[in-house]
Amino acid sequence: MTLTPEPPTSGVSEAGYTTGGSGVGVIDKEQLLSLRGIAKSFGPVQALKRVDLDVPPAQVTALIGDNGAGKSVLIKTISGIYPASAGQIFWKGREVHPHTPRDSSELGIATVYQDLALCDNLDIVQNMYLGREETRFTQLDEIKMELATKELLKDLAVSTVKSVRQLVGSLSGGQRQAIAVARAVMRDSELVIMDEPTAALGVSQTAQVLELVRTLASRGIAVILISHNLNDVFKVADRIAVMHLGTLVSHGPIANYDVASAVEMITTGASSRVPTNSPNGD
Amino acid sequence: MSTPLEASSSEQVDDVSSSVSLAKQIRRLWQGDTGLGPILIGLLVLIIYFEARTSVFLSAGNITNLFIQATIFILLGMAEIWLLLMGDIDLSIGYSAGIGGAVAVILTSTQHDWSWFIALPLGVLACVLISVVWGTIVIRLRLPSFIVTLAGQIGLLGVLLYLINSQGNTGGSLPVQEKVLYDLVNGDLSPVATWVVIVASVVLLGWIILRSDQRRRSAGLEAKPMWLSFAKVIALAAAGVLLAIIFNTNRSSFTFLNGMPFAIPIDLGVLAAGTFILTKTRAGRYIYAIGGNVEAARRAGINVNRYRLLAFVFSGFTTGIAGLLYVSRLNGISTGIEGGTYVLYAVAAGVIGGTSLFGGRGKMIHAVVGGLVIATIYNGMALINVSAAGLYMVTALVLLAAVVVDAIARRSNSSSTN
Ligand SMILES: Nc1ncnc2c1ncn2[C@@H]1O[C@H](COP(=O)(O)OP(=O)(O)OP(=O)(O)O)[C@@H](O)[C@H]1O
Ligand SMILES: [Mg+2]
Repeated sequence: MTLTPEPPTSGVSEAGYTTGGSGVGVIDKEQLLSLRGIAKSFGPVQALKRVDLDVPPAQVTALIGDNGAGKSVLIKTISGIYPASAGQIFWKGREVHPHTPRDSSELGIATVYQDLALCDNLDIVQNMYLGREETRFTQLDEIKMELATKELLKDLAVSTVKSVRQLVGSLSGGQRQAIAVARAVMRDSELVIMDEPTAALGVSQTAQVLELVRTLASRGIAVILISHNLNDVFKVADRIAVMHLGTLVSHGPIANYDVASAVEMITTGASSRVPTNSPNGD
Repeated sequence: MSTPLEASSSEQVDDVSSSVSLAKQIRRLWQGDTGLGPILIGLLVLIIYFEARTSVFLSAGNITNLFIQATIFILLGMAEIWLLLMGDIDLSIGYSAGIGGAVAVILTSTQHDWSWFIALPLGVLACVLISVVWGTIVIRLRLPSFIVTLAGQIGLLGVLLYLINSQGNTGGSLPVQEKVLYDLVNGDLSPVATWVVIVASVVLLGWIILRSDQRRRSAGLEAKPMWLSFAKVIALAAAGVLLAIIFNTNRSSFTFLNGMPFAIPIDLGVLAAGTFILTKTRAGRYIYAIGGNVEAARRAGINVNRYRLLAFVFSGFTTGIAGLLYVSRLNGISTGIEGGTYVLYAVAAGVIGGTSLFGGRGKMIHAVVGGLVIATIYNGMALINVSAAGLYMVTALVLLAAVVVDAIARRSNSSSTN
């Protein structure tokens, strides 16, 4: 599957220097996640071309861009669904190679996909613990799981579900999103990636989810949030990263942007007002 | 994205708003505390009807007979539920059971004279192997289990004919020649042993119910009201005592015959084991998850292929037990076995009990209730001399009603999610 014209990435040392791809430079150990020269092709389709991105801890990074810009593909390379064709991923300054969703979740990266991936026929507790059930003498320890679920939902201020033994199929869109996020948080994740969490939601449910995003950040968890809604982005994000046709055209603190410049960059890939692709723009 | 399982579980049904409120009500009824309310009422209606038509229906002898008739539907139904839960199906289990039974009959025959102790497990093993073959083909080649096992049904009939005919000039049937195999269905526990089994079952089940409530309560979680649990246990005990009395009543007019048929503790054991695995272990949880949303299961890190194959193994094991009881009841195995019809009744038993054909929803107990319903129809209609034609049509109506309710429940499920 690797059809990339890029030279193989090389020259990584534990000191954190990297060459190869486009991002020659120092990996900042302060960053939780750093991408350098990430490329991904699907046969002839180049979905990602040398993406460099830094994600600091405890901040909300909004990933924006037009349809087909490559946002979903980018997060799927981070979470191990599509291993990158080229480039490097650094987690807390150390290079990692997530090849499966399990790899990334073991690192502490949790992904909430666009389609949520919940089992409608299972209840909230069962979904929260799916794949990681607590057991007691090899039997499922329902009580322990139920108590922990209640505790976590309370922590995250998810108060709208009536019972944690409700089937997920009976929940509203916002509640389902909240459950998917809570599940992502439960495993002591340090980075939660959310792909368009509010796309299908109404006003109040969107507000709930955005509040949840801020709650995560305030608990020290980094969030990558993909959204098409710039209002939401400017409400919750600390940083913005803009993608255009498979490249990351700009990223930096939210203060560097306003809605107009963001829109310009999303549609044209450049802006007259914000310097493009400034890796250390902050 | 490529398995039929996924296709059927993610298929959306739009525009059912008109039927939603009715659908929701039906679902609430259907999926209440045990989900068994409506069908138990249906069963009661059938019983009252048949008893009104003929007083023989509720005689001790006939009730015992009915349980034995139900056994094959119940066991094959449970075998099928393992697969239905994942949105799969095995159309070959009727003939597979026949092969398992034939293996036991042949090995224990006077000609080969193997100990039942080895021959019976080998019969079960044959069924497990058959299921593993189907499971492997379905999973590895990503084929619909429907098609694979349809081919399998025909192939297994061939294997069964070969097995029977390989024993020399048998005229197409082999008799059971070994006592243990014969007694599986035709033997009875002593009256004392009957009481012991029933009391032990009631005490165990009651203890499980009360203790799980107690544990929830002491953990500060909401539990069902205490009186409800006690009421359940008392109802259970009453049913147990009633059954014990029925089984221990003489049911023969010339000799003396009483006690619980061995088939019943066997059913109970398979039911208990299946229910335990489905509700208390990871494997069970994952089987439900796969049936609900296979992609979600995969992303949760579940080894989907492994657990799908495991469900085929459990299904094959249950089929094997069914096969042993089948040959025991018919006192032999013949080339005329209606394996295809048995599969349909097995699926019907599960669905009538409340297991979904679309995966993700169902319980082992559903096969018991559904199997009893089918056996009641069979037994009662034979008693009141309804023709085979009428019998088939009524059974079809019951099955159709169950499938309609299943589809409506599913529709309202998916519409409430988007
Ligand atoms: N599995 C795949 N095989 C081939 N091409 C793919 C695959 N996944 C994505 N692509 C292509 O990669 C490009 C980027 O897609 P991606 O899903 O990342 O867009 P996106 O930014 O998430 O868009 P949206 O906002 O619509 O979700 C698109 O051109 C898409 O067609
Ligand atoms: Mg996308």
